[in-house]
Amino acid sequence: MTAATAPVAPAGDADLRRVLSAVDKGRRRRDRLMTGLVVGAFVVAMLPLVSVTWTVLAHGIERFDAYFLTHSMRGVFGGMDAGGIYHAIVGTVEITLFATLISVPIGLLTAIYLVEYGRGALARSVTFFVDVMTGIPSIVAGLFAYALFAVILGPGVRMGIVGSVALSVLMIPVVVRSCEEMLRLVPNELREAALALGVPRWLTIVKVVLRTAVAGIGTGVMIAIARVIGETAPLLVTVGVIDSINFNLFEGRMMTLPVYVYRQYQQGLVPCAPDAVDCVATINYDRAWAAALTLILIVMLLNLVARLITRFFAPKNLG
Amino acid sequence: MTSTTSPPTAGRRSDGPPSRPAPALRRSGRVRDRGASRVFRWAATGAGALILVVLAAVAVFLVLRAWPALTTPAAELTEKITWLRGADSLAAFVGPLVFGTVLAAALALLIATPIALGIALFISHYAPRRLASGLGYLVDLLAAIPSVVYGLWGALVLAPLVQPVWAWLNRYLGWIPLFGGDVSPTARVILTVGLVLAVMLLPIITAVSREVFLQTPRLHEEAALALGATRWEMIRTAVLPFARSGIISAAMLGLGRALGETMAVLMILSPGFLYSFKLLVAGQQQTIAANIAAQFPEANPLGVSALIATGLALFVITLLVNMAARAIVARRKDFSGAN
Amino acid sequence: MSQRIDVKDLNIFYGDFRAVADIEMAVEPRSVTAFIGPSGCGKSTFLRTLNRMHEVIPGARVEGTVAMDGVDLYGNDIDPVAVRRQVGMVFQRPNPFPTMSIAENVLAGVRLNNRRISKGDAQDLVEASLRGANLWNEVKDRLDRPGSGLSGGQQQRLCIARAIAVKPQVLLMDEPCSALDPISTLAIEDLIAELKASYTIVIVTHNMQQAARVSDRTAFFNLAGTGQPGRLVEIDETSTIFSSPREQSTEDYISGRFG
Repeated sequence: MTAATAPVAPAGDADLRRVLSAVDKGRRRRDRLMTGLVVGAFVVAMLPLVSVTWTVLAHGIERFDAYFLTHSMRGVFGGMDAGGIYHAIVGTVEITLFATLISVPIGLLTAIYLVEYGRGALARSVTFFVDVMTGIPSIVAGLFAYALFAVILGPGVRMGIVGSVALSVLMIPVVVRSCEEMLRLVPNELREAALALGVPRWLTIVKVVLRTAVAGIGTGVMIAIARVIGETAPLLVTVGVIDSINFNLFEGRMMTLPVYVYRQYQQGLVPCAPDAVDCVATINYDRAWAAALTLILIVMLLNLVARLITRFFAPKNLG
Repeated sequence: MTSTTSPPTAGRRSDGPPSRPAPALRRSGRVRDRGASRVFRWAATGAGALILVVLAAVAVFLVLRAWPALTTPAAELTEKITWLRGADSLAAFVGPLVFGTVLAAALALLIATPIALGIALFISHYAPRRLASGLGYLVDLLAAIPSVVYGLWGALVLAPLVQPVWAWLNRYLGWIPLFGGDVSPTARVILTVGLVLAVMLLPIITAVSREVFLQTPRLHEEAALALGATRWEMIRTAVLPFARSGIISAAMLGLGRALGETMAVLMILSPGFLYSFKLLVAGQQQTIAANIAAQFPEANPLGVSALIATGLALFVITLLVNMAARAIVARRKDFSGAN
Repeated sequence: MSQRIDVKDLNIFYGDFRAVADIEMAVEPRSVTAFIGPSGCGKSTFLRTLNRMHEVIPGARVEGTVAMDGVDLYGNDIDPVAVRRQVGMVFQRPNPFPTMSIAENVLAGVRLNNRRISKGDAQDLVEASLRGANLWNEVKDRLDRPGSGLSGGQQQRLCIARAIAVKPQVLLMDEPCSALDPISTLAIEDLIAELKASYTIVIVTHNMQQAARVSDRTAFFNLAGTGQPGRLVEIDETSTIFSSPREQSTEDYISGRFG
């Protein structure tokens, strides 16, 4: 097998050529097998992503229209071909915004503490427990918010603000982590330059450090919002379920998009009379898919905005 | 890059890469400041301390609200809470729930870990460099899908799809106790739940182990290659030993997530309260989180208290798992021979 | 046990950038060939093409032929993994596997190929390789301790032991002493002098005294300017290069006028 391909090789080199082209069959087979498995793992992981995206899109697009987005579920029952998610969008936006209002100041200040001031045991334990906090199950965060308000206002409270508190427990560690990463990227020279000009420490941080890192912080906040906006379990136990529109965070139950998806799914197929005109048997599932589509679109939009912020507002030539 | 998956910072300070400029400034002795600067420093420190307070508050308030259930005699509990189903004490009720929670999480971990490691290796060592970050982003997208959507998908799409497979397993491998019993015609069983949970764990385990794989010193990889190792042998001699503790903590982070996942379980599993290893039979197991979400809306005050007690158990379990995972990562950072 | 290497029309690329151009040279068997030249002139890059380690870097590729006793290492039927077994390599910074013991490090390459090596054979091989690397007496009592516990010079000699345990024909050394103190450097240089009895050795070095001390032949590489590819200026007997080089730039470099 060597002679044909070696026109220039002198005769004595057949041995060497054999050695150099000798492939250990077993080893090569093993290498190929592992390559196949590794590539296969990636392909396998793409299957659910494609399947979820496709089914949500295919099932959800049917009911995803202006009517669906601008009507609540008030007065909708049985298999009526009606109903929408306006009330759920209102609830999700208000509750998430309020959670952001709580989380961002705390998270950002904590990040500033860790980067600019933190040292010793306190900083170490804050760092450690922020990491641990990212692992709190969302339902436990919900129970905590419920218990907190139950102690203050008495048991059985269901209102939007409780959900916001639950979401902020989940959101704070995410905000801390991403802000901390961004603040650490600010070169030390900038801080020293400002301090050397006689600028007080806090102004240095606010005007130089935060100003430099603002795009990164914006991105981090967007990603944090995207992570909690799909949370269902904590809202199920704290905010509850309602069919009509409620704008007031501080009174009464509110609907939210993820809970809406769950609720519609839970109601299941509608038993329609065979000759019923205005009755869609799968109406609840249809609405669930359409709401899921809305939710995924919102999450993707937030991720996209986060990327755009990084692309267009990131300071150039940063250390 | 999500925060759950970004490499933890505990103990990072010691290796001081160039992107970490702050310590130099900090080392310049005690901070002397007055007026606004002092207020600002206190505010920042206060926010840091608040994190610890919040975590403690979670524990305290859970204990406070769980207290009535923990102190009420068992007989009264079973009388007042309908869904205790004849369990003669709270502990006897929590037991099967803990079992179901651990079983579902273990199944998910068993399925997800090898696949996630494969994906991580694919991105770090197999895919063309130019495609790698884009492919990594695709995997991160899996984390962006809300759990309720996974639940919906699992119950309405995946379950009917896997039912024939489960039936086949039951017919031909039914002699293994795990696959025995009457296979569920709807596939609303713990194995389906494990499958969906595994999909949700993939991005977490992948992201952490990918980071660790990428940190493997190039020197060690080249040493293996120069000895005549194939790519897989290079990974086995240089990458995997280096990444071992990182892989363990990645899996534990995934475990923590799986233990606490609510919606996918709630929407897919047909619940039961048994210590049962039957993976293909409906009505056998239930997890703590799903049970809370299912019972909470209709529970009476004592019932709520009992549910919070189970939530407390879940909190403690996940806290321990997460602390162990983070501690491993933190220690690894200090002793890795990387730099 | 050692082979001659002939390089012809060799061009080395990183993506579209040509890092090294038109190399033509011969490496004599059982001798030490040193590569010298200013930083960035491509001598390390060229060294890595001799055992096909260059192509490990994404986007890197090679044109031309590198022939070992007439067999082109870049031929279609040649397996790069087999090439690396025949042409061993020692790196700039010592890199024993941190998770393995000293003995396991020595056996690492052999284990990859021949998993069933008997215990006695393995012990013999460990001892022979460590003796070959002048390390046996220093580590024979702690063969099962981690290799990372050794000093830098010992670690580098462990890496040499690991490379020769695979029984290669050629040994490539990429600035093997640049991370070591003078005494460890001396130990390595002594070792090189012993090893050349049985191996063809190619060494890249920044230290001209070292090149003069250890090598039989010396190749000088240079580059016209930044962004230009590196080229081989001349190769000759070491004594000739250091006493009466043909090219002006070689003399300038050796006499310390640049680089």
